[in-house]
Amino acid sequence: MLTSGIILLAGSLLSPNPGLIFWTAVTFVIVLLILKKIAWGPILGALEEREKGIQSSIDRAYKAKDESEAILRKNRELLAKADAESDRIIREGKDYAEKLRADFTDKAQAEAKKMITAAKDEIEQEKRRALDVLRNEVADLAVKGAEKIIKTALDADMQKKIVDSMIQDLSTKRN
Amino acid sequence: MKRLSVTKPKAIIKVFAVLLPLLLCGFGVAAASAEHSSGVSGNGAASPAVEVAHGAAGAEAAPEEEKAGDVIMHHILDKNVLSFEPFGEVSLPHLSVPAFVPVLGGLDISVTKHVVMLWLVSAALMIVFSVVGGKYKTMSSRQAPKGLANAMEALVEFIRLDVAKSNIGHGYEKHLPYLLTIFFFILFCNLLGLIPYGATATGNVNVTLTLSIFTFFVTQVSAFRAHGVKGYLQHLTAGTHWSLWIIMVPIEIIGQFTKPFALTVRLFANMTAGHIIILSLIFISFILKSYIVAVAVSVPFAIFIYLLELFVAFLQAFVFTMLSALFIGLATAHEGHDEHESAVAHH
Repeated sequence: MLTSGIILLAGSLLSPNPGLIFWTAVTFVIVLLILKKIAWGPILGALEEREKGIQSSIDRAYKAKDESEAILRKNRELLAKADAESDRIIREGKDYAEKLRADFTDKAQAEAKKMITAAKDEIEQEKRRALDVLRNEVADLAVKGAEKIIKTALDADMQKKIVDSMIQDLSTKRN
Repeated sequence: MKRLSVTKPKAIIKVFAVLLPLLLCGFGVAAASAEHSSGVSGNGAASPAVEVAHGAAGAEAAPEEEKAGDVIMHHILDKNVLSFEPFGEVSLPHLSVPAFVPVLGGLDISVTKHVVMLWLVSAALMIVFSVVGGKYKTMSSRQAPKGLANAMEALVEFIRLDVAKSNIGHGYEKHLPYLLTIFFFILFCNLLGLIPYGATATGNVNVTLTLSIFTFFVTQVSAFRAHGVKGYLQHLTAGTHWSLWIIMVPIEIIGQFTKPFALTVRLFANMTAGHIIILSLIFISFILKSYIVAVAVSVPFAIFIYLLELFVAFLQAFVFTMLSALFIGLATAHEGHDEHESAVAHH
């Protein structure tokens, strides 16, 4: 279109204007100085402060996380240790009880055996004593009987010796 | 994106709701006086249509092609009057520096339309940022900002971290006030040009030239501060063999000046182009003398370009600030120095 050509040819688009340059420079410098004072100072200060605040919050959060993880790890270790300890204690208790039971059983068995042997000995002794008594009694009875039978003819001591030897023979044969 | 897709159809519906009675009225007039319908209805429809898109392009816009170009230039160029088209205009005072001032004596420093716009921008900046700054002064660091303070903080934080810190690196704090001011100054200038009766001061090459000269000075001063005179001169040789200096030194010196030149032209051309496109689209309907073109082409496309311009306003403010930060960063970079390496490693 012709319009664009006209605009280009007009030339006044690029014409210098010192007054405008002057006013732009003055205005811009004043705006820069005023804004620097009223806006950029407080805004940038606040932004920096907040940035630092956020950074420190993040740091603190990470630190807290690390700490809590360390505590958790420690707790786990303690728990594991406590578990092991309780296991050990239970095992030891069981072992001890086992040993104790075995001991008691052994002791009881030994005691019983001892009692049985003692009883056996006693029975043996009693038996022997009873046999002795019985032997004397039988001998006396036999001597008295024989004395009565052959009172006059026979010497009493002579007869007793004969009967004794006969009874001795009998008992050894029997045993 | 989602919000844009929601609001856009609504905006179009609103524009059509405004235009529909106008069109009906226009056709009525055309039917009544068929012999000179184009002149009457053209005048009747011109001012609202232009106001929808941009404002005071002028009710007396004649349908000839040459006149359209004149009106566009009239709108874009600086002048000594503030025109509020249907209501009249305010002429601004002519001033000049008194002759006794040593250097600037006799200089014409008339207050023009763009100067007034610059002052409006300054006033808006001061109002907005005195409110925001006041909020930050009273706010404790544990409180979250709300409303305007929050909106401005997003921009400030963006300039601080993504523009200044990532481009300048070490010692970016002392350049922050300059970068923030230039960003908001350009942004407000760009936006003020988009409201009716406004003008884009950044669409004037003198304004952008001045702003880039500021960047140039800041860059040079920070380079001198970072390297000293000897380091600065070494920088000019670009570390090449002495026999190449005769080529390298002029190239480096020219390079120092092309940077602000590129900044100047980029901002000026972008802001001017958008306005020329919007006005040209509006003038298509006057040139073709057709309501159908106005409804189907001019207004929708002008609205689209307008929305694009809103984006470009932010983009160009960002680009200017970004490149300023980049140039400062390049000028202050310590090659092979610990600080620079740590700054690079930090990124």
